[in-house]
Amino acid sequence: MGQTLVEKIIARAAGKDSVRPGEIVTCTVDLAMIVDSGGPRKIWPRLKELGVGVWDPEKIVVVSDHFVPAVDADTAAILKLSREFVREFKIPHFYDMKGICHIVLPENGHLQPGMFICGGDSHSTMGGAYGCYMAGFGGIEMTGVCITGEIWTRVPETIRVDWSGKFNQAVVAKDVMLFLCRQLGMDNAFTAIEYGGNTVTSMSMSERSVLCNMAAELGCETGVIAPDETTLAAIRAAGKQPATNALTWHSDPDASYISKHAFNATELQPQIAAPHAPSNSGPVGDYTKIKIDQAYIGACVGAKLSDLCMAAEVLKGRKIASNVRLLVAPSSQKVYADAAADGTLSILIDAGATMLASGCGACAALGAGVLSAGEVCISSTNRNFKGRMGANEASVYLGSPYTVAAAAAAGHIADPREFLS
Amino acid sequence: MSAIVGKVWRFGDEINSDLLAPGFYLKAANEIMAQHCLESVDPTFAKSVQPGDIMVAGHNFGVGSAREQAALSLQLLKVGAVLADSFARIFYRNALNFGVPCLFFPHYKEINAGDRLSVDAVSGKLENLTSGKSYTVDPIPAHLMEMITDGGLMPHLKKRLGQGKAA
Ligand code: SF4
Repeated sequence: MGQTLVEKIIARAAGKDSVRPGEIVTCTVDLAMIVDSGGPRKIWPRLKELGVGVWDPEKIVVVSDHFVPAVDADTAAILKLSREFVREFKIPHFYDMKGICHIVLPENGHLQPGMFICGGDSHSTMGGAYGCYMAGFGGIEMTGVCITGEIWTRVPETIRVDWSGKFNQAVVAKDVMLFLCRQLGMDNAFTAIEYGGNTVTSMSMSERSVLCNMAAELGCETGVIAPDETTLAAIRAAGKQPATNALTWHSDPDASYISKHAFNATELQPQIAAPHAPSNSGPVGDYTKIKIDQAYIGACVGAKLSDLCMAAEVLKGRKIASNVRLLVAPSSQKVYADAAADGTLSILIDAGATMLASGCGACAALGAGVLSAGEVCISSTNRNFKGRMGANEASVYLGSPYTVAAAAAAGHIADPREFLS
Repeated sequence: MSAIVGKVWRFGDEINSDLLAPGFYLKAANEIMAQHCLESVDPTFAKSVQPGDIMVAGHNFGVGSAREQAALSLQLLKVGAVLADSFARIFYRNALNFGVPCLFFPHYKEINAGDRLSVDAVSGKLENLTSGKSYTVDPIPAHLMEMITDGGLMPHLKKRLGQGKAA
């Protein structure tokens, strides 16, 4: 019987011809990504305890992104420790304040179709947009990976989701995910999700990566999209050559899925997720009375160059509403530079945006832009759990960058289509 | 690894991480925390569970936060195995990495509190010694069972590194 893409990658990494869902296998890891928050500071003491080093410094990527730039002595110490860690273990791939891990990895050509990658962050699923298996693991497990280069896993079932047709104006991948969180629920543990259909294959890598990023909100172990010419072009743009077998990584036509879903893109409206869960979502029209204090364009999922461009499309020639603050934290230094070069940044600044550093920032209340009790924020991030962006009594609504920018201009949640010509 | 034989403690669906590791005791020592494991569901459990006893539960066992004490408490109480219809992923990974075997068991409804079960995690053979019925479940491969019997990932790494098996 045929296999899904995820099963094929796991089988290859486990040195087997095939695997079946439910089977427990041990995989050889092609790449391990660790970050400042749960990486070196948790792993190094355990390495010391065991008296060992890391398995292969070339295959470990360290990213400092959660606590950048330092806001107090504690976060400064965490960042310092990460710098000492990469020196001690001679790790060549270290991205210190260069951007959010899930953005920096593909920007620097670390992802190739067919790879088996462990990440020390829950949104590691985002890498699956490149046709690799990439999943999130806790600190103790990443310690094991860093020492042995191996990890055990239980082969997940795969959910297949197909989208066909063209999106309406101002409808994007983020709307797809807020819709899917409602449709599929958030507890799809021990499953992987695979996206396909002509809507998905005509998406840019930036948009595809939103689908895979928010596989984490669905509770899936990972999200994948079979590689195609768009994938290969992105790898080349990052200065790397695609692996010769890159396009062989796809599901077999007779692969078996735990469930299959098909949706029509033309029927989708811009979506909003209301507090306090991404699954608590509905069409934007249901929320247009909600007044906001803050609009946030940030995070791995929602502050790529294309996201900043969406916001600029809405805000060009406009000013944000009085009593509203618009905060923009580009997801990487490269995005920052690209947005400066193509004029996107000046549109946002002219509209009244406050520019923040590239990093996780307010997304998880780690840096600038957090909320006070009673405040309402609309955000292009991926999670709106209670307390996620600051005070427990703050309300966070999620939307696409189009929708966030429209709310910033209107002072309340608004339909972005009314702001586009 | 021979079969685990123990008495069944029976639980329902959605046994979450707050029930397993009540937030009120999160700051206490792990041993104290373990004594409060599941107290709001079955106050006799933590006090009376014997080493090797087997927990049988329904859907989504361990759901909730990533707190590792939820799995650690079961290790400290020396639970022999957890059989459930399904597990939450983080709990499941934590539990195996702390040396507590977890097995997916769709026929959990046929098992009653107090039954005696024999569970061979490596072969996937499960026998209800009380009712005489036997079942097969997805096994845990021998090399992973080695980590589990070593007491989890860290003790296992210590042993492996001591034997010079890992770089
Ligand atoms: S931006 Fe937010 S979701 Fe993305 S890695 Fe950072 S904290 Fe996680």
